[in-house]
Amino acid sequence: MNQAIKPKGRSLSAEQMKQVPHVIARPQAKYAWAAGVAMSHFLEGLKQGKILGRRCMACERVLVPPRMFCERCYRTTDGWVELPGTGVIETFSISYIDTNANRIKDPIFVGVLAFDGAPPHCGIMHYFGEVSPEEIHIGMPVEPVWKPESERVGAITDIKYFRPREGIPSKRISQRRKRG
Amino acid sequence: MSHRDVAVIGVGYTNFNSVTPEVNWKELMFEAAQKAYQDAGIDPRRDVDSFITCAEDFWEGFSIFDEFTPDQLGAALRPMHTVPGDGLQGLANAYMQIKTGLFDIVVVEAHSKISELLTYEDVVQLSFDPIYEAPLSNGVHPYYVAGLEMRAYLQATGTTEEECAAVVVQNKRNAFLNPLAEFECELDVESVMRSDYAFDPLKAVEIAPRADGAIVFVLAGGEIARELTDVPVYLEGIGWCSESPWIASRSSDASYAKRAAQMAYQQAGLENTQLIDIAEVDDQFAFKALQHLEALGLARPGEAGFLMVEGAFGPQGQLAVNPSGGSLGCGHLMEASGLARALEIVLQLRGEAGQRQVEDAMIGVAQSWRGLPHGTGAVAVFSRRE
Amino acid sequence: MNLGKIHKDVAVVGAGMTLFSRRLQETGKEMSWEAAQMALDQADLSLDDIDAVIMGSAPDAFDGVHKKGDWLLDGAGGTNRPYMRVYTGGGTAVFAPIAGWWHVASGLFEKVLVLCEEKMSSCMPHAQSAFAHIWDPILDRPLKPNLVWIFSMEMQRYMHTYDVRYEDIALVAVKNKRNAVGHPCAQLADPDITLDDVLTSEPMALPVRRLDISPPSDGAAAVVLVSEDVAYELTNEPVWIDGVGWCIDSTMWTNRDLAFPKFVAHAARMAYEMAGIKNPRKEIDIAEPYDPFDYKELQHLEALGLADPGQAAIMTREGKTQRDGELPVCPSGGLLGVGNPIAATLGIKVGELFWQLSGQAGARQVPGDPAVGVAQAWGDLMQFSSVIVMRRRS
Repeated sequence: MNQAIKPKGRSLSAEQMKQVPHVIARPQAKYAWAAGVAMSHFLEGLKQGKILGRRCMACERVLVPPRMFCERCYRTTDGWVELPGTGVIETFSISYIDTNANRIKDPIFVGVLAFDGAPPHCGIMHYFGEVSPEEIHIGMPVEPVWKPESERVGAITDIKYFRPREGIPSKRISQRRKRG
Repeated sequence: MSHRDVAVIGVGYTNFNSVTPEVNWKELMFEAAQKAYQDAGIDPRRDVDSFITCAEDFWEGFSIFDEFTPDQLGAALRPMHTVPGDGLQGLANAYMQIKTGLFDIVVVEAHSKISELLTYEDVVQLSFDPIYEAPLSNGVHPYYVAGLEMRAYLQATGTTEEECAAVVVQNKRNAFLNPLAEFECELDVESVMRSDYAFDPLKAVEIAPRADGAIVFVLAGGEIARELTDVPVYLEGIGWCSESPWIASRSSDASYAKRAAQMAYQQAGLENTQLIDIAEVDDQFAFKALQHLEALGLARPGEAGFLMVEGAFGPQGQLAVNPSGGSLGCGHLMEASGLARALEIVLQLRGEAGQRQVEDAMIGVAQSWRGLPHGTGAVAVFSRRE
Repeated sequence: MNLGKIHKDVAVVGAGMTLFSRRLQETGKEMSWEAAQMALDQADLSLDDIDAVIMGSAPDAFDGVHKKGDWLLDGAGGTNRPYMRVYTGGGTAVFAPIAGWWHVASGLFEKVLVLCEEKMSSCMPHAQSAFAHIWDPILDRPLKPNLVWIFSMEMQRYMHTYDVRYEDIALVAVKNKRNAVGHPCAQLADPDITLDDVLTSEPMALPVRRLDISPPSDGAAAVVLVSEDVAYELTNEPVWIDGVGWCIDSTMWTNRDLAFPKFVAHAARMAYEMAGIKNPRKEIDIAEPYDPFDYKELQHLEALGLADPGQAAIMTREGKTQRDGELPVCPSGGLLGVGNPIAATLGIKVGELFWQLSGQAGARQVPGDPAVGVAQAWGDLMQFSSVIVMRRRS
C-alpha cells in the first residue's frame, strides 16, 4: 500500500444513493439565443433548400458553417456563396445509444461530411441514411435528403440526412502511413 | 513585485444595451475585440501571447462555455482559457501571466448577453447552497438576500435610506454624459423615497437593471507598452478575495472588498487613499456603492452616505465616484461589469472621457462584486504616470 | 513569448486525492477538504500558510449549482483569501496547476493550493445529461447527439488515417486497468482484464465499445505549489514545474481534421521549450497523457512528440509503454483505470508525476529513478490541451 495516498471517501451504490439524505431539485434554466447575422442567414438558406457559406478573400476559404469573421485571418468575411450541397464523408460513427445514453436497437448513423465547393475538411455534423454498416466509409460521396418545402422551418433538421450518391467514385482520403 | 510593470495598451467595447437581438454573442465579442486590437495597434494572430475570457456557464446557457470563445477573439490555435469569475479577476490573471515574464501581451474579454437568459431569477437561485439555502427561496425572488444585506449594513453603520437614494440620483444623472449608458434618468431623493420597496428596505429603483455588452482589454509588459503607445495606463496593483460563501456569514462591511483593496494598494505602493482621483465601484444595489466606498477606505464606516448627500462624490466633488453612471446608469453587465468600471478609469486617465472628463485624473480605482449570494470581489488600481 | 526569463521557479511539494468512485457520499465541499488536507499534510503545511487558492472544476451542470466555484470555496480553503477558479473543460486537470504556477511564478504569492473537485453523481439521471449542453444549439443539438459520438468520430478518423488496429487500441484499456491495481483510489482497477474482454464489450457508438471508455466519477485532488524561495525549507525533494503550455483550437470542430490534435502539439511545444527539452523521446522518463478513451492515449502520445503518428499503437503492442518499459505511460492507471472525475484527475496526472518523481509511488513506482515527466489533459469540444513538464533536479 502506498503511504503517500490515504484514500478517503465512502462509495455508494445506486440504491444507497436513494437512501442517504439528499435534496432533489430541477434547475430552471431557459435561454433564447439570438442566432446572429451569419447563422440567421444560413438558417434562411436551409429553409429554401440551400446550403450557404461565407467566403474569406484573404485565405480564399469558403466557410461553412458560415460566420461573419474568419478565425484564421481575423477579419470580417466577404460574401455569401451557395454550395452544391453534396459532399464526402470525413468520419462517422454507428451509434447504439441515444442522447440520454439509452440503448437503441436500430443504430443511428452519424458523422461529419466535408462539402464540395468548400476547402478540405469544411463541413458539418449530420446523420447518414440509406446506407448499411458494411457500405459506409470515409471518403464516401453523399448528397442531402431534404424535408419537403412545406415542412422546412429554418433548422439543421430541414435536412433529414445525407445518403450515398450513386455512380460517384469514393474519394480516397490519403492515408499518412502504409503499414507493412 | 516591481520587477516588471503592466499597462493597458488597448480597450474595445460595444454599446451597453438592454437587448441585442441582431447579433449573437460571438459577433458581439468580435466587435469589441476588433476595436481593442485597433486601439492597441496589434494583430491578435501575431502579437498576442495569451487570451482570457470571463464567463459562467449558467449565464450563457452552455456547459463549457470555453468552447465558444476563441474564434472571435483571434485565439484559434493559441493559448486561451476561461475564468468563471468577473472581468477584474480576468485582469488579475493577465497581470500575473505578464509578471511571470513568460508573456508580453495578454488579452482579457468579458461580456454580458444576459437578455438571452429567460429564467434569470431561477439561475440566481441556482447559485444558493442547494441543501440549506435554496429550499428557503422557493417561490421567492432571490434578491431578498440584498434586502437582508442592506438592512444589516444600515444597522451596522447608521447609514440612512435617504443616503442610499442619493446614490441612485447621482449615478443615473451621471449616465446622461455617458454615450454607452442606457438608463440615464433625472430623479431626486424624495421621489426615490416615495417609490415602492422591492425587498424592504431595498427599493426597486435602487436595483441596477441588466444590460448586454462586450469589453476587451489588451495588456502588455511595461517596457512593451511604452514602445507601443504614448498613453499607457498602468495597472499598478490588483487584489481579489472571497468571503465565506454562506449567506448567513456575510459580512456587513464588504470585507472581501477590504482585503482585495489592501492587496491592490500594497502592490501599487499606495498608502494614502486621498491620492485617488476617481473610484468606480460596484452599485448593483444602491447601498453597495456606499458599502464599497467604505471598504476601499475612501470614507470612514457610516460616512459614505453623508458624503454622497453632500456632493463630495459628485463630478465637482473631492473624489469622483462612478462618473460612468455605474451599473445603475449603464446597466449591470454581469461578469463584465468589473471591466466596465475599469474601462471608465482607463478612458478617464487617458483624457478620453468627453463631457465626463475628471480634470487632472492620475490615479483611479475600479472595484467589482460578483453579486449575491456570494462575497467575492476584486479591486484594481490604475495610474497615468508623468 | 520569453522563455528563460521566468521570474520565480515553482515546485510541487505535496499532493492528495480522495477515492475515485462512481458515487461518493461526500459533498463537493467535503471531498475538497479531504484532498486539501492530504496535500497540506504531505507538504507539512497548514491552511494558514497558504496565500491563495486556485480551484478547478468542470461543468457547473454536474453539481447543479451556478457559480459553483464560489460555492465550493470554503471546503477548498479559499475563505478570506484570493481565490480563483479556472475552467477549460477536461483540460482543467492539468490547467488548474498551470494557473497555480503563474500565481507563484509572477512573484505575487509564495505558497498556493490548487484544488480540483468533481461531483458527477449529483447529475440525474446520468452525468451524460449535462453534456447535452456542450454542443452548438443550432448546428448540433437538434441532432440529439450523445457525447460518445464525438470520441467515436475522432477515433474512426484516427484509425483510418494512420491504419491503426482496434486490437492495439484496446491494449491501452487493458494496460491501464491493470496498472490501476497499484492505486489505492482506483475505481476501475482489474488485474484480470483481457484484450478479449475489451473487444467483446458492448458497442456504444462504433468503433467505441464500453470498455474503451472511462465512466463518470466523483473525486477531488489537490497539489501544493511553492516558490523557489521556500521550496527547500519544506522538502529535500521538490518536484519542479519546468514547463507549462496550453492551446485552444477553433470552435468549428467539423472544420478540422480530427486525426491529429494540432493544439496538443502546440501546447507541448510551448512546455518543452520552456523546460529546455529538445528531444522528448530521449528526455522524458514518464508520460501521463489524458486517457478518457483508450485511443486518446495513443493520439496524445503522438501529439506530445513521443511517437510518430500512427506508431504509438505499435509501441503499446510491443510493451514499451508498460511500467517497466522504455517509456512508461499512465503508470497511475490513468482515467481508464482509476476513474474520470474530470478536473480531479489532477491527482493521477500532476499528482502521479509528483509521487513518481519523488519516489513515493509505492506499488506503482516506475523503476530506474525517473527524473522528468510530462502530464497532459484535454478538453472542450476536442479543442483544448494543457501540458506540464515536471522535473526532479537532484
